[in-house]
Amino acid sequence: MLIVVSMVTFAIFFLVPRWAGGSAESLAARYVGRTADEAEIAAAAERLGFNDPIYVQYWDWLKGIFAGSTYDIGPGPEHCPAPCFGYSFISRTPVWPELLDRMPVTFSLALGAAVLWLISGVAVGVLSALRRGTIFDRAAMGIALAGVSLPIFFTGLMALAIFSYKLNITAPGGSYTPIEENPAQWAYDLLLPWITLAFLFSAAYARLTRAGMLETMSEDYVRTARAKGLPERTVITKHGLRAALTPIVTIFGLDVGLLLGGAVLTETTFSLPGLGKYAIDAIATNDLPKILGVVMLTAFFVVFANLIVDLLYAVVDPRVRLT
Amino acid sequence: MAAPFLELRDLKIHFPTDDGLVKSVDGLSFSLERGKTLGIVGESGSGKSVTSLGILGLHNKRNARVSGEIVLDGTDIVTASPESVRKMRGQKMAMIFQDPLSAMHPYYTVGVQIIEAYRVHNNVSKSVARKHAIEMLNRVGIPQAARRVDDYPHQFSGGMRQRAMIAMALSCDPELLIADEPTTALDVTVQAQILDLMRDLQKEFNSALIIITHDLGVVAELADDVLVMYGGKGIEYGSAITTFEGPQHPYTWGLLGSMPRLDQGVSARLLPISGTPPSLINVPTGCAFHPRCAYEPLTGGRGKTEVPELVNAGGGHLVRCHLSVSERQRIWAEEIKPKLEAGA
Repeated sequence: MLIVVSMVTFAIFFLVPRWAGGSAESLAARYVGRTADEAEIAAAAERLGFNDPIYVQYWDWLKGIFAGSTYDIGPGPEHCPAPCFGYSFISRTPVWPELLDRMPVTFSLALGAAVLWLISGVAVGVLSALRRGTIFDRAAMGIALAGVSLPIFFTGLMALAIFSYKLNITAPGGSYTPIEENPAQWAYDLLLPWITLAFLFSAAYARLTRAGMLETMSEDYVRTARAKGLPERTVITKHGLRAALTPIVTIFGLDVGLLLGGAVLTETTFSLPGLGKYAIDAIATNDLPKILGVVMLTAFFVVFANLIVDLLYAVVDPRVRLT
Repeated sequence: MAAPFLELRDLKIHFPTDDGLVKSVDGLSFSLERGKTLGIVGESGSGKSVTSLGILGLHNKRNARVSGEIVLDGTDIVTASPESVRKMRGQKMAMIFQDPLSAMHPYYTVGVQIIEAYRVHNNVSKSVARKHAIEMLNRVGIPQAARRVDDYPHQFSGGMRQRAMIAMALSCDPELLIADEPTTALDVTVQAQILDLMRDLQKEFNSALIIITHDLGVVAELADDVLVMYGGKGIEYGSAITTFEGPQHPYTWGLLGSMPRLDQGVSARLLPISGTPPSLINVPTGCAFHPRCAYEPLTGGRGKTEVPELVNAGGGHLVRCHLSVSERQRIWAEEIKPKLEAGA
């Protein structure tokens, strides 16, 4: 699975520029500086392997991830230790340490928001389902519709304008404090991004939960649970919600996996130095190896999250369990 | 004379909908003693299931209008608080549902579901409840109960699931047991086993049993009394023996004629009731059965205009029909019975 992912990402980043008309020389020209003459560029292209067949390039790149590799682009060879997820010829640094550097920011953002949206989304969804047709239901679903539809750079900027600049109760964005340094400051800095990101997702989760609850609460087994004389609370949580949670677990896993690879819009809106911001900055400077690194990492998280979800499925739904 | 254990008096359960008022149950009365079995028979949509859900207080409360009385051992369930009815559910009265696969929660083991039913009403530890669950599973004839208690419903066969369902319903020793089409979803061979089991358990627990079915064979097998429902009303009510030996309502005749019988060979034709069950919104005027009734002309037009009352036709045998008792007895003896016996 990961092999396929690596091949596809590699193909996109190495083949597409070629198809688009870029020669080995024009690619190399990016890395050796504007003043280089043609001979120098050709030599650089040769050294960097741009003239090799595609499978050799792929193999070199893949080998780099596990064994590290050495690039020779100018005055002297530069080493990129394993795991080498690429080497930026623009900043002349290996990509991996930078990714590692930014991961805590993205993780803090994604996991904090995930907890928020899971709790609020499911709670609102359950209440809406139980009070179907009431004002609460209509209002909640209306807000949810807005939440799903509004882009994060709109809600994020509005939230910044109101809470940080007008009311001065949240961080103005752009700052991040590692949790091990100061947990309170960490939470304070991330509060608004969390809420903004969670708003988007909890809206979707509320709708999903509501639909699921409406379905399960009319199931025969819920009627059985009532026929046993269980209190309504138990009927709702243990019998109704439990069954409605299965699809939510699936989506949740995938969403978190995707976000771990960088919440691009949120990080950009709040200027958080995470993976998403890193990718955006790399795109702005045409720094292909950096983008490739982020994409590989994201793909890895998504695949990993898929695996976890599949395993969790067996825990959640006994019918999937192997006997 | 003491009041009966369960008594329904003029029970009405109506559901207002956009299309009109659905009269699912419309003036139903019957009574039942401990240790006795009542069979409620009728087509789909005759109000059988709504009645049983109403007794347990499980009908959709948000949009139902309920009137009349359901008195169970001195408590009127219609007016009692939801909380007190909840406490009666499972303990005082329990229900077995039609399709045990969808009626059991797929995510919990059979044991957990029985334990849960037991512990709501009994303040015991989990291990005591578990022992009780295994004992109950043993009682309903599940082999290796101690091992199967940890299985999930989907690992059980259809018959085993229904047995487990019965074990769950009986776990708190309820005095009233309602079985809503308990054998419909099962194989014929398994049906007989389940019916035997229910009869044995009823004797053992001395509970009152209501069997809801459209299968007259099941009723003949188990019931002491029979209530035939049509269009939300009881139309024939009496002991099983009198009702089956001398049924007096044309609808009951129709039901008997629709039953395949093995002793009559392949050439025997069924005598289906013509037409379709009535809509519960636009119930036909007069006798609800008159559009499908072959004997309606004999009533001289009353069948179309006047709702017949449930009248005693002798020996507590109640029939809702405009025809006179002697007329009905004549038709049964001279026209229907020979036809059924000859297989037409």
